[in-house]
Amino acid sequence: MAETTFERVKGIIVEHLDVDKEAVTLDASVKDDLGADSLDVVDLILQFEDEFGVEIADEEAEKISTVGDIVNYIENNL
Amino acid sequence: MNSVGILGTGAYLPEKVLTNADLEKLVDTSDEWIVSRTGIKERRIAAPDEASSDLAVKAAEQALRRAGIGAEEIDLIIVATVTPDMSFPATSCLVQNRLGAKKAATFDLSAACTGFLYGISTAAQFITTGVYRYALVIGVECLSRIVDWSDRSTCILFGDGAGAVVLGPVEDGYGFQSYELRGDGSGGDLLKLTAGGSRLPATEETVQSRLHTLSMEGREVFKFAVRVIGSATDEALKKAGLTKEDIDFLIPHQANIRIIESAIKRFGLSEEKVIVNVDRYGNMSSASIPVALHEAVEQKRLHKDDTIVLCGFGAGLTWGATVLKWSLE
Repeated sequence: MAETTFERVKGIIVEHLDVDKEAVTLDASVKDDLGADSLDVVDLILQFEDEFGVEIADEEAEKISTVGDIVNYIENNL
Repeated sequence: MNSVGILGTGAYLPEKVLTNADLEKLVDTSDEWIVSRTGIKERRIAAPDEASSDLAVKAAEQALRRAGIGAEEIDLIIVATVTPDMSFPATSCLVQNRLGAKKAATFDLSAACTGFLYGISTAAQFITTGVYRYALVIGVECLSRIVDWSDRSTCILFGDGAGAVVLGPVEDGYGFQSYELRGDGSGGDLLKLTAGGSRLPATEETVQSRLHTLSMEGREVFKFAVRVIGSATDEALKKAGLTKEDIDFLIPHQANIRIIESAIKRFGLSEEKVIVNVDRYGNMSSASIPVALHEAVEQKRLHKDDTIVLCGFGAGLTWGATVLKWSLE
């Protein structure tokens, strides 16, 4: 079965931020709960863009707060 | 076609050190924030009476000494800079005069942080074809003169310095193996110095609006940089008939440690193979790569037969990479 968007996003976050899988929930704040700083967020966006073939413009990136925001954005723009 | 390589390197860093603690007194920032976001601990600042040509001459003199070549033997001088002494004459002419390189053709080259790569790639063509024998290529910047010292997002990033190399004929098969130079003007607005040119000449208004200092869209530049370090290095290696396993050292442009770390992780290269000096000098634009190269030579990290990749990226947008088979012992 194909991995869900959430599973793929989770995989990238776990790998990049070195956090536990369990911590990466849809409600988790990328900065506050997962400890990403501003450049980690840029780096993650880069990985998502490459992984999913979407473009996440700067204005959109600024609105992203939780893991769920990322998943929604990707699914709506695939 | 002659093999052409680097015969000698030189660098000059201004004496004045500006630490992160010093910056804490200028803008609302902290050492911890700067180090974690950029890897930069300190940078050099040119003295009030120093301009780019002064830094360039000192770096060039050292490169000539190391190469054992006299200034009068130099056929071509290229100065890569975005902070020339003035719009014209070219800084390379000022350098030529100070060095006494009387027969040298001279010009400046503007490709921002990729300037040194564009410079050595250009100079090497003249030597490969036999038109010239020796060329001097200098990357020099006084970026402290064009940063907005009230903008904490950019003023922490940059520093002043100069690096130089002498290019000339080397043993067959050594020296430059490939060149990959790229540009994309559609990204021109991401990193620029808006005023002072023919579009917006200096007026009271441009000065008040702070249009004479550099501005940068940091996030977009970050993404661009991380992507092109890998792609340019790959292309240059491919053109040389090599793969990333052949790399002994990668010298990337030193903009930000986080860019370098992210890029080499994606590219799959171990940290020990990457030469870094951004912690001590910040981003010196066209001077970053030649200063890092010179320090690696001085520290005897490079050896004959090593495969070295130089990789630059910056405003323009411009980017590129070149592969060298190191010819010096």
